[in-house]
This record gives sequence, structure tokens and C-alpha cells, in this order.
Amino acid sequence: MDAHATTSAHQEHAHPTAGLYAKVGLVLFVLTALEVGLYEITYGSHAGASAEALKPFFVPLLLLLSAVKFALVAMFYMHLKQDHKLFSGVFVFPLIIATVVIVSLMILMAYHMAFARAG
Amino acid sequence: MTAHAHAAHLETSTGLDNRKLAIWTFIGSECLFFASLISNYLVHKGRSLVGPFPHEPWTSPSGQHFEPILEIPLVTLGTALLLFSSLFVVLALSGAQRGSRKALLGWLGATLACGIFFVGMQVYEFTHFVHRGLGFTTNLFGSSFYTLTGFHGTHVTIGVIWLATLWVDALRGRIPPHKSLNLEMAALYWHFVDVVWIVIFPVVYLIK
Amino acid sequence: MATRVLEHEAHPAAGHGEQTGLWSWITTVDHKRIGILYGATAFLFFLLGGIEALLLRIQLGSPENTFLSPETYNQMFTMHGTTMIFLAIMPLSAMFFNFMIPLQIGARDVAFPRLNAFSYWVFLLGGLFLNSSWFFGAAPDQGWFGYANLTSKQFSPGLNVDFWMIGLQILGIASLAAAVNFFVTIVNLRAPGMNLMRMPMFVWMSFITQVLLLLAFPVITVALFLLMFDRFFGSSFFVPAGGGDPILWQHLFWIFGHPEVYILILPAFGIVSEVLPVFSRKPLFGYAAMVFSGVFIAFLGFGVWAHHMFSTGMGPIADAFFSLSTMLIAIPTGVKIFNWIGTMWGGSLQFRTPMLFAVGFIAMFIIGGLSGVMHSSPPADLQQTDTYFIVAHFHYVLFGGSIFGLTAGAYYWWPKMSGRMLNERLGKLHFWLMMIGFNLTFFPMHFVGLHGMPRRVYTYPEGLGFELMNQIETAGSFVLGLAFLVFLWNIYKTSRGPRNAPADPWNGATLEWAIPSPPQEFNFAKIPVVHGRDALWEQKRQRGGPLPEPARVSGQGIHMPNPSYWPAVTAVGVLAVLVSLMTLGTTGVPGVVAGVALLFLGVYKWAYEPAG
Repeated sequence: MDAHATTSAHQEHAHPTAGLYAKVGLVLFVLTALEVGLYEITYGSHAGASAEALKPFFVPLLLLLSAVKFALVAMFYMHLKQDHKLFSGVFVFPLIIATVVIVSLMILMAYHMAFARAG
Repeated sequence: MTAHAHAAHLETSTGLDNRKLAIWTFIGSECLFFASLISNYLVHKGRSLVGPFPHEPWTSPSGQHFEPILEIPLVTLGTALLLFSSLFVVLALSGAQRGSRKALLGWLGATLACGIFFVGMQVYEFTHFVHRGLGFTTNLFGSSFYTLTGFHGTHVTIGVIWLATLWVDALRGRIPPHKSLNLEMAALYWHFVDVVWIVIFPVVYLIK
Repeated sequence: MATRVLEHEAHPAAGHGEQTGLWSWITTVDHKRIGILYGATAFLFFLLGGIEALLLRIQLGSPENTFLSPETYNQMFTMHGTTMIFLAIMPLSAMFFNFMIPLQIGARDVAFPRLNAFSYWVFLLGGLFLNSSWFFGAAPDQGWFGYANLTSKQFSPGLNVDFWMIGLQILGIASLAAAVNFFVTIVNLRAPGMNLMRMPMFVWMSFITQVLLLLAFPVITVALFLLMFDRFFGSSFFVPAGGGDPILWQHLFWIFGHPEVYILILPAFGIVSEVLPVFSRKPLFGYAAMVFSGVFIAFLGFGVWAHHMFSTGMGPIADAFFSLSTMLIAIPTGVKIFNWIGTMWGGSLQFRTPMLFAVGFIAMFIIGGLSGVMHSSPPADLQQTDTYFIVAHFHYVLFGGSIFGLTAGAYYWWPKMSGRMLNERLGKLHFWLMMIGFNLTFFPMHFVGLHGMPRRVYTYPEGLGFELMNQIETAGSFVLGLAFLVFLWNIYKTSRGPRNAPADPWNGATLEWAIPSPPQEFNFAKIPVVHGRDALWEQKRQRGGPLPEPARVSGQGIHMPNPSYWPAVTAVGVLAVLVSLMTLGTTGVPGVVAGVALLFLGVYKWAYEPAG
């Protein structure tokens, strides 16, 4: 039981507090607001003079914001930051394959539509 | 009973619990499930032969006018609900680990409420879109949109049922601290469903 | 870590008597019994697939033959491929995963015994469902890869494609559940001291297989869902008239399909890597290189899928990429082959039946590997694709590779699984008949293929120079059939003899040979402690000679999981849900609701049932 007591104490120590969870929640909320705000000033009803200038950066910025949110939830809420590395491995390796699949399918199908199918 | 559970936990080669590793493995596998669905949405993006379209208005050959289908305010609300539910479930788990039944029941209840609202939002959204002229087979956008968000919604629904079961368990005092893993597994699944939405939200709704 | 709860747990249910009767098999959660169920079921499906192959060969034995109608021929080759891949080779590998992984890592069962039972029942029901199509005269007839738009409602209005896609969907669930289970088992249930680089090579290759299953099957699941939606609800993901594209199906299918090829071959790699050292009396050559080449093959396996699609015209960049990545796979594969040869080099070789099959595997797999490198080059592939050259290639890897490897495993582990030795003379006869029959059947296919004979066509005209080769192939296929009759005779004959196989008939290197044949329900009376690779050889070295025959013990106080029928009920629920989608037209929403209700009932009873 000694071993367990240490593990438990360790876990207590390692687990973030409710305060940290709330802070992460706030950041997630702000980032989501940023996403929607970015949409509004680029394409939405609030699109102003800067809209055209923003357009080339719109997709990369949104993907970046989404990636940050993704990472925050995975690291803090899913505890990957302080949990065993194996869990991160079991999640991140498939994520890499998943990303490769999405990107290569987009490229291959775009080429196919543009050239092969068009003749 | 308690001693058994603890000892079993320490028994594995890695010291990690079998069930927790299993749910993570399952989540890893699910990454490829949603990657395939997202790929399917993206390769068909802009390939619909007829409207209505997600971001552009469309006038049919018969002269009927269709507004862009996607509506940002409603889905933003759903997105926020799902994000907050992630926060709530992690607070519920922390309550379960501390042995605070009140925190567990309260936060888990809040999570459930958010989840149910999200599903409700999606049901409303789907019926609303159908009324505005986008059926499942209307065009490729309709098919791939409903498929992607529908499979996500199914995952949320399963999560709601799972969490509701645990809430009843908690009410009966069946989730003491040494059994908090029961909730942790459901919570991990729930967070995963949330991060999938974190990807779907910009990719489907915001990026034109 | 040395203190393990199972040994200390005092449990009132004393002793572990042999349970018998049908009910004990339906409710079993014992990995060994489930392994036997997998093996028996898969072998029956293998025989069925073999009979289908013989019918195909009869049809092709002479030009303009009318033995099979074109429609029946299409059904026959589709079901032959689907059966051999999903109902024979995969579950035959699963038999060895089930029986051998826990034994080789020194565990008492898998991580989730009930989930293991669930996997088997889903597999069985999926296989029966798929084959029930014969009784409706609607066996799948579009090829095992189900290319769009052959599968569209327009070109396949019948139930044939429905049976195929629902069947594969069911089988995918079985594979995924099993993959999670064995992944966790291998990571978490290793005996004390068995670190990753001390695991037997079969466990390593099985582990990599589970990772491939986990990552590849979700893709085909989605592809099949999209096809279901196209066929049942009228979407047009793969229908050009609606803006969709059949090529997307090919991509999704092969993103699954190529890792699937490694799912079929890696377990055989593992088996051969177990058999060769034991019958060469020296440790596996280049253990670490074997592990990493396996990992590398699996990783590259996700970057080569489009080499199945060179003829679709992907453009020079994609062609070059997929061609190069495919050629790259030859390197780790070559590493493996050289290591197998290095294992035998200088060893005191004993050509017992398992060893014969293992050596045969190496020879046949090299031929299949080399023809694979040939069509990794797009210009060459364009000449070879859709001809019998491809049929020759993949039978050299899947039969010459997987089946030879699995047969080696069957002879090697038969005494452990059944408690009886198979007859050596019949075993050798089996080997030579199989070797001769296999090469007679498939080697000429290289030539008729290069001469231009197309695949998947029910006949060929006279005078094209195909006759002689096809006659040889047909004759060879019957020699192959005879080889398996000899195997069946061997099984039958020895099953009537006494159960007297020793615990360690081959002077084995791994832990499964440390316990009685067949093992007792709890496998190990005392969980072994591992001090190095080839754990049993290590023990024998330390003792300075062979180990004494292990005694059968009462097993009092060893806590084993309770039997349960809920996994089987849940499996029926899975079947009911998916079949209710197929019969939506007649059973409607109530059918789906009933299926879902049964599924939920099973899951709930299972979740709240004490696991024991």
C-alpha cells in the first residue's frame, strides 16, 4: 500500500487545480471568440476596409487558432501534459497519420479533378 | 474490494491501467475515422453541382433564391457549449478524485446539460437547414456536411448516454475516488469529441 | 513488480476443472478457447475459399468453358478474395494472437477477456452473414476491393454489394475490438522482466499488426459508410453524375488496403521468426534489426497506397512519390530476409515439418517480393496491372507468404494447442504437395499475365497461347487441394491418438513451452520472471540441461475471470443494427430501434456484470 500512497500523493500534486482548468477554459473561450471575430471582419457583416488584406492570412490563422485550442484541451483537460508519455504517443502518432491522410487526399483529389478528370 | 482495485492497478507492466490505455488506443483509432470523414468533406468542397451552397447565395434555374446555408451565431453557441462542457467534466473528475460527491454530481450535471443542448442545437440546425432547402441528397455539400457533423453528433449522443449513466452511478454513490477511472474514461472520450469539433468548427463553418 | 495480485488473491472458487459442453464454449472468455474457436472457424472458411478457388480453376482449365456462368464466376472470385482475406488469413492470425500472445508474454489471459469473446462472435456472425448471400443468390460480385462505380445502385441494383459492405462493416468491428485488446495486452500484461526488446518476435510483429489494424480499419469503415449512404439514401459521394468521384473510393480503399496487406503478412513474419531459431538451434539473427524493420515496414505501409492506382493517371509527381516509397519498402523487407537466412547460417538445422514450411515461406516470399518490386515502377505496372501477373504476385505473398507461415505455425504450435503431436510423415507429404501444387498453380500465371491474359474475366478464347499454362495451373490447384486433404487426414488421424505431447517437444525458446500441453486454464501456475531474450533457453542454460516436465497443478487460489454470455448477445446486437440498415425498406425504423436496443442491453449488462 505504500507504493499506492506515493502514487496517489504524486497524482494530487501533479493534477492541475480547478483554477488552472478555469483559466484554460477562459483562453479557449477567447480563442473561439477570436476565430469568429476574424471571420466577421474578413467575410462577415463587419467586413471593413482591411478585409481584403486579411484574406490571405485567414485560413492559416484559423488553422493555427484551432491547433492551439486542440493542444490546450489535449494537454490540460486530457492531462497529456503530466500523464505518462505513452498516452501522448498513442494519440499523437495517429494524429500525424491522420493529418498526412487529409493533406495528401486533398492534393491527390485536387490534381485529379483539375487534370485527370478534365482530360 | 478497494485493495483489489488498487493492486490490480499497479499490476501492469507499465503501471498504467488497462482500461485507460484502451480508451486512449480507441481514441487514437478514432483520429483516423474522423480524418477520413473530414477528408471526404474537404475533397467535395465546392464540387456541388447545384445549390444551396454553404457560404454563397444561389438562385435555382427555376428562379428560387437560396441564402447561404451556414449560420455562424447558432453554431458558435453550440461550440461554446461543447468547450464549457469540457471544462465542466474535468472539474467533475477532479471532484470525483477528491471524493466530493457534490462537485462530482454538480459539474457532471452541467456537462450533461451542455451536451444535451449541443445535440438539441444540432437537431434544430439540421431541421432548419432542411427547411431552407438542403436535404441529405440535395447536393454533395449536403451529403458530406450531414455525414461529417452527423457522425460527430452521434459521438456526442453516445457520450451523453455514457455520462448520464455515470451521473446515476454517482448519485447512488458508486463512484468513490478509487473508481474515478470510470469517469476519467468517459471524460477522455468526451474531450476527444470536443477536439474533433474544434477542428470541424473552423474547417466547415468558418473557412470559405 | 514481483508481487502480482493474481497469485495472492485467495478465491473461494477452488480448482479449475475442465469445462465442457456447448454452453461453456458460448460463454467462454478463456483466450485459449477463443483462439481455438477462431482457428476452427477460420479453417472452415479457408476450405470454403479453397473450394471456390478450385471451381474458378475448373472454369479456366479450358478456353470458352461454360462450367461457371459469367455471373457465377464474378461471385466466385469476389467471395474467394473476400473470404481468404477477411475470413481466413486474418482470423487464422487471430487464432495465434489469441492462443500465443498471452503465453509468450507470460500472462494469464488478455487484458479484456470478454471483449475478446465479443470479437470472436462478431467475426463469426459477420462471416456467416457474408456467406448467407449465397442462399439469396446474391453473393457479392464486384471484386473484393468493391471499386466504385461498379458498386453504385445503377450498376449493382441487387443485394450483392449490400451483403459485401455490411459484412465487411461487421468484420471491421471485430478486428478493431481485437486490436485494442491485444495492443493493451502486449503493452501491459508482460511478465516481470520482459521489456520490449526481450519480447518474442511473434509478439513484436503481432503488436505492429494491431497498430496497423487500429489505424487502417477506421478508413474502410468510413468508406463503407459513404458507400452505404450512396446506395441506401441516394447520396453521390462516388457517383460522377452527382458531382462525386469514383477515384475517392479507390484512395480510401487503398489507404486501408495497403496496411491491410501488412496486416496479412506481418503475423506470418513473426511465426517464421519463432520457428527458424528453434529448428536452427541458435537465436534469431539481428533481433533489433528485425524489430525496427518491422516498424519501418508498417510506417511506410501508410505512404504507398496509391501504387495500386498508377493506372488512374495521378500525374508524374504522385507516381514518382508512390513508386519510390514502394521501392523503399524492399529495404526493410530485405533486411528481414537476410536475417532469416543469417539465423539458419551455421545452425544445426532440423528439417521438421514447421521448419520446412518456414523455409518454404522464405523462398516463396522472395519471389512474391521481387515481382512486387517490378510493378512498383509505374511504366511496368501499366503493362502488368489487371493481368494474371498481379494475381501471381499477390498469391506468392499471401499464399506463399501468409499461408506458408501460418501453416508453419500450425505445425509448430499444434502440440501446445491440442496436446497432440501431428504426424511428421504426413506433415512432410503436406509440405511437398503444397510446395509443388502452389508453384504449379501460380508460377505460370506470371507468364500468362505478361502475355496479356486479363484478371477477373470468366474465360478466354482459343488460340492465344493461354491453354497449356491454364491447364497446368488447374492441375496444380488440385495438387494444392490434395495437400490440405492430407493435412485434414493428419488432424483426424492424430486426434484419435493419445493426448501425450510433451510440454516442450521442439526444445523451444519461448515461455509457452514452459507449461503443460495443452496449458491449464490459468496458463502459468506461477507467473515467470524473465531475465533475457529467449526466456526458456535462458532458463535451460542456467539449469545446465532440459527442464523437468511441468506438473499439472490444481490452480487453487488463482483467480480467473467469470464466463459470460453478454459478449455474444452484444455481438448479435451489432449484427442486428447493421442488418436492419440493409433491410430498412422492409423492417423500417422499428428494425433499427430493435437492433440498437439489443446492442444497448448487451453493453449495459456487460458493463455492470462483475468481471470476476
